[in-house]
Amino acid sequence: MSVTTLSSPTLTQRQPNWLVRLFDYKPFLIVMCLAPAIGLLAVFLTYPLGLGIWLAFTDATIGRRGQFIGFENFQYLLTDPLWWNAVFYSVVYTGIATFGKFALGFWLALLLNNHFPFKSLLRAIVLLPWIVPTVLSALAFWWIYDPQFSIISYLLVDVLHWRTSNIDFLGSPWPARFSLIAANIWRGIPFVAISLLAGLQTISPSLYEAAMLDGASSWQRFRYITFPMMMPILAIVMTFSIIFTFTDFQLVYAITRGGPVNSTHLLATLAFQRGIAGGELGEGAAIAVSMIPFLVFATLFSYFGLARRKWQQGEAND
Amino acid sequence: MTDTVAQASVANAKAAPDTMAWDSGLRRLMMIYLPLGCFVLILLFPFYWMAITSFKPNAELLNYREHNPFWITSPTLVHIKHLLFDTAYPRWLWTTMLVAIGATTLSLVASTLAAYAIERLRFRGSPYVGLGIYLAYLVPPSILFIPLATVVVQFGLFDSPLALILVYPTFLVPFCTWLLIGYFKSIPYELEECALVDGATRLQILRRITLPLAVPGLISAGIFSFTLSWNEFIYALAFIQSGANKTVPVAILTELITGDVYQWGALMAGSLLGSLPVAIFYSLFVDYYVSSLTGAVKE
Repeated sequence: MSVTTLSSPTLTQRQPNWLVRLFDYKPFLIVMCLAPAIGLLAVFLTYPLGLGIWLAFTDATIGRRGQFIGFENFQYLLTDPLWWNAVFYSVVYTGIATFGKFALGFWLALLLNNHFPFKSLLRAIVLLPWIVPTVLSALAFWWIYDPQFSIISYLLVDVLHWRTSNIDFLGSPWPARFSLIAANIWRGIPFVAISLLAGLQTISPSLYEAAMLDGASSWQRFRYITFPMMMPILAIVMTFSIIFTFTDFQLVYAITRGGPVNSTHLLATLAFQRGIAGGELGEGAAIAVSMIPFLVFATLFSYFGLARRKWQQGEAND
Repeated sequence: MTDTVAQASVANAKAAPDTMAWDSGLRRLMMIYLPLGCFVLILLFPFYWMAITSFKPNAELLNYREHNPFWITSPTLVHIKHLLFDTAYPRWLWTTMLVAIGATTLSLVASTLAAYAIERLRFRGSPYVGLGIYLAYLVPPSILFIPLATVVVQFGLFDSPLALILVYPTFLVPFCTWLLIGYFKSIPYELEECALVDGATRLQILRRITLPLAVPGLISAGIFSFTLSWNEFIYALAFIQSGANKTVPVAILTELITGDVYQWGALMAGSLLGSLPVAIFYSLFVDYYVSSLTGAVKE
């Protein structure tokens, strides 16, 4: 309908001016349409990415252009126990948090896939931790982890009498590390659950009916139908999750800033501390660049590791 | 539906008829409602704690012996008053809003045009341009912020909210473009062909046919961008120095925490107020959110 009403005014102005004709010239139009997006990405993403790699090979500081110094920054990092510590914690943090997020998120998705009243309301509530600014919910966790007035300590000590002293969540290395991982899992569950729920809803019920006719138990239905059907979407969500957990910054910066005694530094917070707060741009950039191999490896591993099943099946069937 | 019916029929077959109703009811309670209740409790507790702390007077806040910490006996607005009148909080809110709206507008325009060119103007290599934009989404800000800081200084934009408006599209444009390509795909090509036959120019087609049909996609992309820009932290921390120009998440962390004694009431009130705009925005557009989140993953 709208098309027919459109035709009459355009027919009357048969001879448009050169500007209109220029904008209707396809190659020109393509360039004009792509220019803003490509321009923004080139200036603020591609160029800085290259510049960052260049900076990693210089001794630049804030306010001074650096000299090319080869691999010196990286050689220094390899002897720096703090960098090794950050690598260690980044890997531990990503590993445990990803496992926790996916185990709990998958479970929540399966629960939400049932039929019960107020389902859409519940789905909306569940996403809240993901919507609210991370730093602000991290502050709430900081307050929950307070050494003196922690509500968890209060519950365990004064209400349940399971412990006699308050838990020192953020005062010593390992408890602090696990407290941060718990906060990260809390924030990551909703995203995983809602994305996986979308995947669950695309699985045809007839598959389950067929399996039930064949006498499959609920575990078998999960293992041989739900899980394989979810593999492609799991691979994508996990790739994203690993990338953004490994490079996480906000949560650690807000709650511990890398302390106590630098035990909870992730590579990103260490890069910030050295590069921006400490002014050693070259060294900070080197730390940031040192994340890239881990990211590439993790991406390839999660993507091909999980998607493998799919293409193997495809090969076998063809 | 069919799934539950089928499950019920299996339960029927297994259990004796008289115990079945009770058994499946209890089973449902233990297997579904109890875990769901735990999930909701844990996912919402930090917000409850945030909210209740912001209205507690200091005496109650730090005395668990005489006051039940889970409830307020004498609620007070003193923290919120302190925040609004003794700090630059309204200014921070305003800056954050400005940056979020600016970055959202810029990325929506850029990504609509890009998505239209990639999906509808179809040129040689358009899939590769789409792939390139998608790959840009996989570059995390943690890798970029140090070199970007030097770029921002070079452009003379250091300490200016404009820097944030220009930089945020780096993570918004890939996402929005991706989302909108999916939406444009769902619009029948024939509509545009009809308009072309009728002599409409391509820009007219975009404005009068494609865009009106893609409004749900535009809304999804818009609210997503708004939330992401509101929540952004690392760039705002690295590029803004003066107290007045900070965004809410950065300002709370760097300006409200003074000395060794934390003002938990004010901190939590600040977090609550800073979360409210996105929470309200979210509650108005829940369905768009869920569909864009899931649509983006499925694409």
